[in-house]
Formats: sequence, structure tokens, C-alpha cells
Amino acid sequence: MTNMLPEDAAAPRAKPRWGVILVWVGVLGLLALVGVGLIRTQQGPVGVGSKPAPFTLRTFEGAEVNTADLIGQVVVINFWASWCEPCKQEAAELEQAYQQYKDQGVAFLGVNYVDTEPEARAYLEEFGITYPNGPDLGTRISQAFRIRGVPETYILGPQGILAEVKIGPYTSLDEITRSIEAARTSQP
Amino acid sequence: MRTLPRLLLMIGVVIAALAPLAGSAAAQGTTPTDDEVNAIAKQLYCPVCENIPLDVCPTQACAQWRDTIRLKLAEGWTERQIKDYFVEQYGARVLATPPAEGLNWLVYILPPVAFLAGAFLLFRALRSWRRAAAAAPAAPAATAASEDPYVRRLEDELRRDG
Repeated sequence: MTNMLPEDAAAPRAKPRWGVILVWVGVLGLLALVGVGLIRTQQGPVGVGSKPAPFTLRTFEGAEVNTADLIGQVVVINFWASWCEPCKQEAAELEQAYQQYKDQGVAFLGVNYVDTEPEARAYLEEFGITYPNGPDLGTRISQAFRIRGVPETYILGPQGILAEVKIGPYTSLDEITRSIEAARTSQP
Repeated sequence: MRTLPRLLLMIGVVIAALAPLAGSAAAQGTTPTDDEVNAIAKQLYCPVCENIPLDVCPTQACAQWRDTIRLKLAEGWTERQIKDYFVEQYGARVLATPPAEGLNWLVYILPPVAFLAGAFLLFRALRSWRRAAAAAPAAPAATAASEDPYVRRLEDELRRDG
């Protein structure tokens, strides 16, 4: 049994300290922001089975290609840059694969990452690349795919689901065709 | 004597005819210096090599970017136009100082707010310490000391010697 002292009984109820509460809310909010940022940067590239958001690529020729319009086709999305030496290893093979598949419901898109236009155009000419290529304006596409570097290739199945991911250059035409065939037969 | 005015007239005509050419030659001769290029480059960061300003980045990608700056400067673009071009091409993250919009505002607001809050807290703490020191009973200590016979004797001795 406790006895309440007269002073305690008369003491006014403590007011909430709004300043302190506000500071703590601010600090926790800031920590949450930092946490979300860290999680995002540590996520790595989009994984097989996910469905990347559709994007529009404005090609160097001025045409616009929207991946939403390519549903029903396999879409090969290759990230590259003219300053990227490993990209050159696969450039000719990618064009060969495009020539092989262009009439078989397989679309190719080249996304030029953090590059300068004259050098990018020279690169396309050097390797005789004819499939649609365009700059990644504002690096929006590469951020959506969370790429870590170039070259990286993402192959979407007919339903727009990511079926194959290749980090680094393809080493042969055979490897590219295997990836495309796997994507063609992939189930959503 | 009549030949002198005619000669002067001819010289005048020749100078007038060559003046535009001289002007264009001068305009073409304004190749941007490395310092001019680097003055803009140091305000930019290539996403490929994060944390290295463009003016000192050794990669080929950054060399190409610097060439682009040089080209744009030679074409008469201003610093603002060139930076806007890079933002449009590669995103706002290429800027060394992020634009004050969206969450970027936090970068500009938080440091001064944190500084002011720290100064306020320090001021309050100092004030409360001074109040506590002023309110502390100094007398009891003196009383306790004078009640100690040894201290009293010591003080007496000192007084006598002094």
C-alpha cells in the first residue's frame, strides 16, 4: 500500500514536450530515408522473373520505341557504351543475332549508357549495328534496371517478364542464341 | 597628286572587304583552354566513376565528356547551357551540387538547422549549469572547514605568520 504525498497529488500533469518529439520524428525520418537509399543501392540488378516497367527509347535516328508495344515478342535489351572495351567483344555477335532473329518475333534494343553521341554513332558504324539504338537519357532506363556497368543484357520473354540476364559480354553467337531460345520458351 | 586620294580610297575598300573575314577568323580562333573546360568539368561527376570530379577523372568516358564541354564552349554555349545539357543527357546526379528541389532540399536545410539546434542546446545547457552553480550553497563548505580543528589551527598559524 502506498501513500501519496500531498505535494505529488497537487503536482500538475507534465505537458508533452513537443520540441523533443519533433526532433525525434525528424531524426527517425532521416534515418528511414538513409535506410531506403542504402537498400536501393545494395539491391543489385533486376532479377529473372521480375517484370521491369515499360520504357521508351528514343533512337539516334529520332524514332521512339516503347517496350509496352513489344509485348508478344522476345526483347533483347543491351546496355553498352563506346568507351567500354568489353562491349566491343559482343557487338558484332549481337548484330549477327539480330539479323538471324529479326523476322522471328525477337526485337533488339541497344541502350547507350553515359556516352557521347559522336563516339556512340562511330561505334555503331564500326560494328555495322542496325538494330534500334539510342541514348539512355537521364540514365532513367539503366536506373530502372539497376545496372552496375556495361555491357549488360536483359532478355524479356513474350509476356514482358525478365527471362535472361547477362552481366558482362557474351562470348559467342551461340551463347546469345541459347539465351534467346530460353527466353522464347520461358513461361510467365 | 591625284593618285593619293585614289590610293587611300582603294586601301579603304580593301580593308572594308577584308574586315568580315578577319572577324570570322578571330571567332574561329577562340579555342577553349583547358582551364575553361575544367572550370565546368569540376562541377560535374560522371556516373561511371563516382566520387571523382570530371576534371581529374582519368577514364575514357570522362575524357569524352571533357571533349563535349570543349566542343560546346567552342560553339558559344554558356556554362549554364552546358550543365543543363549534361543534366538532360545523364540526369541531375552528374551535378556536384544537386539542384534545390524535392528531397535535395534536405541537403541545404539540414546542416544549418542542425547547427542552430546544437547552438541552442549548448546555450540552454550552459545557462542551466550557471544557474545551478549560482544556487549551490557555498556557505556550508566554509562552515565545515572552519569547524575542523586542524583547518582552524592552520588558518590561525597562517594569520599569525602573515
